[in-house]
Amino acid sequence: MTPSSDAQAAAKPSMLSLRDLNAYYGESHVLLGIELDLHDGEVATLLGRNGAGRSTTLKAVLGLVDRRSGSVKIRGQETIDMPAHRIAPLGKLGYCPEERGIFAALTTEENLLLPPVLAEGGMSLDDIYEMFPNLLELRRSMGTRLSGGEQQMLAMARILRTGARLLLLDEITEGLAPVIVKRLGRVIRQLKERGFTILLVEQNFHFAATLADRHYVVEHGKVIDQIEAGSLEQNRDRLNRYLSV
Amino acid sequence: MMHASIDLILAQGMLGLNNGVFYAMLSLGLAIIFGLLNVINFAHGALYMVGAFVALICYSYLGAWLGLAGFHIDFWAALIVVPLVVGCFGIVIERTLLRWLYRFDPIYSLLLTFGIALVLQGLFSNFFNMSGTPYPGQPAALRGIVDLGFMIFPKYRLFVIVFSIVVCAGTWLFVERTRLGSYLRAAAENPDLVKAFGVNVPRMVTLTFAFGTALAGLAGVLAAPIYSVSPVVVIGGMGSIMGAIVSGLALGLIEGVTKVVYAPASNTVIFVLMAIVLLVRPSGLFGRAGE
Repeated sequence: MTPSSDAQAAAKPSMLSLRDLNAYYGESHVLLGIELDLHDGEVATLLGRNGAGRSTTLKAVLGLVDRRSGSVKIRGQETIDMPAHRIAPLGKLGYCPEERGIFAALTTEENLLLPPVLAEGGMSLDDIYEMFPNLLELRRSMGTRLSGGEQQMLAMARILRTGARLLLLDEITEGLAPVIVKRLGRVIRQLKERGFTILLVEQNFHFAATLADRHYVVEHGKVIDQIEAGSLEQNRDRLNRYLSV
Repeated sequence: MMHASIDLILAQGMLGLNNGVFYAMLSLGLAIIFGLLNVINFAHGALYMVGAFVALICYSYLGAWLGLAGFHIDFWAALIVVPLVVGCFGIVIERTLLRWLYRFDPIYSLLLTFGIALVLQGLFSNFFNMSGTPYPGQPAALRGIVDLGFMIFPKYRLFVIVFSIVVCAGTWLFVERTRLGSYLRAAAENPDLVKAFGVNVPRMVTLTFAFGTALAGLAGVLAAPIYSVSPVVVIGGMGSIMGAIVSGLALGLIEGVTKVVYAPASNTVIFVLMAIVLLVRPSGLFGRAGE
């Protein structure tokens, strides 16, 4: 499928471009040729049912699958043969995993300081504590003593400190109270205004709909459709069909 | 039995502590390696022996091998040189052998390290007389005895106790209180995520294995006699740093004191304790639940 990105999007530099991306866990072939484009400052979501391959797409971009083939270009650079630890620094890439990935053996502040700084322009600790005041009070607590919402804020905050400009966020609203989801929505919107490029995996379509420029529908390890934010209303039936269980 | 005086128990405790610091250093290395690599390093005891032999070679043989009469690396230099040599050996083991086994069941790496242990033992007993060659390099400054009040204690042994405790405490502080240590703890928990943040985890794994083996080498330098590695790690909890240190020290103490109270049990007391700990707390005294 050729991305139907309009002229203004094409003018912006490409941040992430996936072509025929295949990924494997052991013997099982999980992604069967994902194609996707993300330009500077865009927010896109991967929609689809559980097990469709959305989280694996993020992991495959990061090199965290057993084997991958095809093309993963980050900021125009091919990364398909790179070891995982070189990809984040090259792409100035921040990753928030499913289940948040807060380290139990580390304090809140150690969790915050863990990811190495990738580029200038990241938030300082003071900025972060101002944006997420809870984390300041809890900075000496072990990571897993935090509530789900606090852990999610921590998982977001720690990648904002690194100066990453391309964010891969996996199910950040999962299992959180509506008031926290609302707050996360505000955070994402602020980041978008500041020009961050974001790829979201979301189950909560309502949350995704208000934030994203484009939606990719993933099924059986392939992108089967893409819907621009502007044409969401006309395509609502189509989308419901894809997402209905 | 009842006339065992306080002084005697204290004295026996000091001797126990002397064993305990060796247990502590060895199990600390084992625990660090297990924590990050999930590998039970069966070659640890052999590397400890290699450490002792490298110290001996540095002192007694190296000069002759190099054709430089009178050249030797003394004890103080060996405290630095031997851990480096054994650590480099650890790097070679990790890079060329262990690395390929991480994706398989831990039983493979266990068998591999067990094999390495046998090979090392075979090699050294082939080239050296295993009936024991004394290490002649004990420095003059550490010869003699000190009066501790409740007992007369060899200076060298006191040095070993203090030195080992400093090394263990330093390692603990490094792992628990520094930024690099936080990478280590994080990578033990979720190596993929730490990689995704841009940290070179494979290199960290190599260096960690090297550090663990270097600790074994260091213990080898400090020890003239060769102790067998006892099951200390299980008691402390796999991967628990503090647990390894504390239980190492405690085991030495308990073993020492048992010698006074009921001598025949002193060899078995460790195994009885281990059995009790495994029954009551399968993850070890300090192990985290659910691991």
